[in-house]
Amino acid sequence: MTNSINEIPNTKVMFVIGSNATEAHPVIGTKMKQALAKGAKLIVADPRRIDLADHSDVWLRLRPGTDIALINGIMNIILANGWEDREFIEERTEGFEKVREAVQKYTPEVVSKVTGVPVENLVEAAKIYATAERAQIFYTLGITEHTCGTDNVMSLANLAMLTGNIGKESSGVNPMRGQNNVQGACDMGALPDVYPGYQKVANPEVQAKFEAAWGVPLDPNPGFMIPDMFEAAVSKDLRALYVLGEDPVITDADANHVRKGLQALDFLVVQEIFLSETAKLADVVLPGASYAEKTGTFSNTERRVQMVNQAIKPIGNAKTDGEIICELATRMGYPFEYQSSEEVMQEIAKLTPQFAGITHERLGTQGLQWPVPHAEHPGTKFLHEGKFTRGKGQFVAIENQLPAELPDEDYPLLLSTGRKLSHYNVFTQHSPSLEIHSPEELAEINPLDAKQLGLEDGEQVKVASRRGELKTKIMITERVPVGMVFMTLHYFDSPTNVLTNGAYDKVTKTYEYKVCGVKISKV
Amino acid sequence: MEWLTLTIDGREVSVPKGTTVLDACRMNNIPIPTLCHAPELTSAGACRLCVVQIEGMRNLPPSCVTQATQGMKVETQNPKVRNARKVILELLVANHPLDCMTCQKMGDCSLAEYAYDYGVTGEVYQGEKRNLPIDSGNPFILRDQNKCILCGKCIKACSEIQGKSILDFSHRGFDTQVGPAFNLPYNESDCDFCGSCVSVCPVGALVEKQMVGKGRPWEVSKVQTTCPFCGVGCNFDLNVKDGKVIGVTSNPDAPVNGKALCVKGRFGMDMIYSDNRVTTPLIRKDGVLVPAEWDEALDLIATKLGEIKKTYGPNSIAALSSAHCTNEENYLMQKFMRAVIGTNNIDHCART
Repeated sequence: MTNSINEIPNTKVMFVIGSNATEAHPVIGTKMKQALAKGAKLIVADPRRIDLADHSDVWLRLRPGTDIALINGIMNIILANGWEDREFIEERTEGFEKVREAVQKYTPEVVSKVTGVPVENLVEAAKIYATAERAQIFYTLGITEHTCGTDNVMSLANLAMLTGNIGKESSGVNPMRGQNNVQGACDMGALPDVYPGYQKVANPEVQAKFEAAWGVPLDPNPGFMIPDMFEAAVSKDLRALYVLGEDPVITDADANHVRKGLQALDFLVVQEIFLSETAKLADVVLPGASYAEKTGTFSNTERRVQMVNQAIKPIGNAKTDGEIICELATRMGYPFEYQSSEEVMQEIAKLTPQFAGITHERLGTQGLQWPVPHAEHPGTKFLHEGKFTRGKGQFVAIENQLPAELPDEDYPLLLSTGRKLSHYNVFTQHSPSLEIHSPEELAEINPLDAKQLGLEDGEQVKVASRRGELKTKIMITERVPVGMVFMTLHYFDSPTNVLTNGAYDKVTKTYEYKVCGVKISKV
Repeated sequence: MEWLTLTIDGREVSVPKGTTVLDACRMNNIPIPTLCHAPELTSAGACRLCVVQIEGMRNLPPSCVTQATQGMKVETQNPKVRNARKVILELLVANHPLDCMTCQKMGDCSLAEYAYDYGVTGEVYQGEKRNLPIDSGNPFILRDQNKCILCGKCIKACSEIQGKSILDFSHRGFDTQVGPAFNLPYNESDCDFCGSCVSVCPVGALVEKQMVGKGRPWEVSKVQTTCPFCGVGCNFDLNVKDGKVIGVTSNPDAPVNGKALCVKGRFGMDMIYSDNRVTTPLIRKDGVLVPAEWDEALDLIATKLGEIKKTYGPNSIAALSSAHCTNEENYLMQKFMRAVIGTNNIDHCART
């Protein structure tokens, strides 16, 4: 997030697109409701009638996968009415003319036809967002989990820059990160092209710095991204995979393809706290420790690095994940001799400019928001004040793109996926209380579709796509529009990702979890 | 900022303009009892326990809704004030179960604390007692309305913290109750089970069901930590007794969330003790995963990865790191792959 979570209650306008905050990021959802209670305005863009849609001033019920058309259309209206921030565009950005040209053809009428959103709602949303004193955009995977995910994000950046809504308190572009430490895993260089702090492996100076620090020669070529790994496993270019705290058989799109990749490996190690579906395929399973059993740090979606403090000893014969990796490295001839996770953080701080001023002691009970460039720095509440990281903000003209697979005659319904409030990914089914509260998948289907298929509320059905099939109970609800089915990714008995499409974004290789074609039949 | 000077119990204190008398006292470590007040909620002035005497005012005003003014003279502990508070407490206790020895809230109950402080006996007023059913139909929150003192904090928490507003008063006078519409049980209402109501309840009317019978406040140590269930990064206290996590309670100083949590953060910690935990290394032998010693498992991995690296090169090995693990562990994992194995084949679920 460019802003901080506690700036939300004081914001004037929130544009929430592709984010079901009250369920997927519940406490951010509560902050949004606190802002509404203080008179903030809310624009929601979502095909589903999510809770926030009911609290919105304008709800843009767009067709899944038409985000770019929607945003270009809003920009078209802003420019036609002169609501853009000319001073900001002039001083802080470049490339604006190309965007102005590109959005010309996205007239309200054209966009309404593509997105299904009435013209008056488009105009109202454009007016609220562009004429606000301060406005924030919030998005999550409804924007990124498309084959055009990167372009969706850049479109939102265009919109923010067009109106000067970035680089100020309560004004910015705020992707809300999904997992507890997905921000930190990225920050720490658990990515194939960067070291900690997003320092590129291909940069010779960076390479030299890490070679000096670690005392070994390092490879300047970026490695495999996740989808590449499964391909490489099938083609035998990849022989061994070490999976730490992940269950790709359940969480990755086109799960049957993932399973095939894992089964083709010569050697699979899974380090996990539960015997996951992926662990069941492993040659060796190592028992890791849960958050309550270790000390370290997580970085949240607002870049706040916070302490995780050990409360109990690891269960049974389990060890902390850090301890396991250290023991293995040492056995392989490169001793990892850290006395504590604090010592690891000291090494991180030395090598990572954004973390330079971070120590466990400084984090204390309140944490620090990176960048923290030195030991006295108080942390950074919001980003891009006065200047972007690259200097000027780059406008990029983006055209609307269709999803990789849309419903057709054989698979007439559009499946979209996401979270529900009572569960988190594939972990919480192991919580007895949450499991009692919310024990099974309830695929959402519109009453008209249910009627056409002759289905009753709560009925068990078969859902099939080109890639796989599963059984699930259904919930008949107008939360989803006609022609759309919504399922979560939480349940082992209805593993939604056997259905989803393995097509991915060309830059990030993020799967298109949000759109694919399915059919539903009676069991 | 404009500052005001006032006198509290003969002590001259300065506070910023806009401060209530209650906050002026608390900023200066002068104790005032409250039941319906919470710093994160709007003040109701409902319980009247925070009354003080202020020179020039006819009645005893509740300090939580009285603004401090320049030159104000406040008395917080004189006999008139203490007697007024004692009467309120006697009235509350008259209609409150006295099963304190088995109440989950014992040791952390504001009513019990003040009753003790003010020498309340429970014998001054005798009258009818409530006998309402206990709401235990959900796995998270135990609601005993017989213990409710009608302070209204849960109602405010539901509306002002959670933005949900499912709780309110119903009926009148002696029959007044707090609950969801039509007094439905929580699990039949629109409740999100965020538990904010539990976090502000001053008595045993709302308690964490999982913690019932598991430990007394003085036996429990609290460890502040960061929630593992999404990217918001809420902090809370793990409640630990005898080396076991028995529950989660809000930590009001949590930088992101204050007392607010969601159903997963507050109640999902029981996954720690799930029967599905892997508690010992497993090695596949004859097609089946069987328990093994750490040395055997780690030696096997070191040997196999060494062989594969030698035969097929370092880029034939890859790792998925974890968005659920700590920064330090992710750092170690990528260093392991880059410096020990010799490949950049390291990724995690940020993209998937």
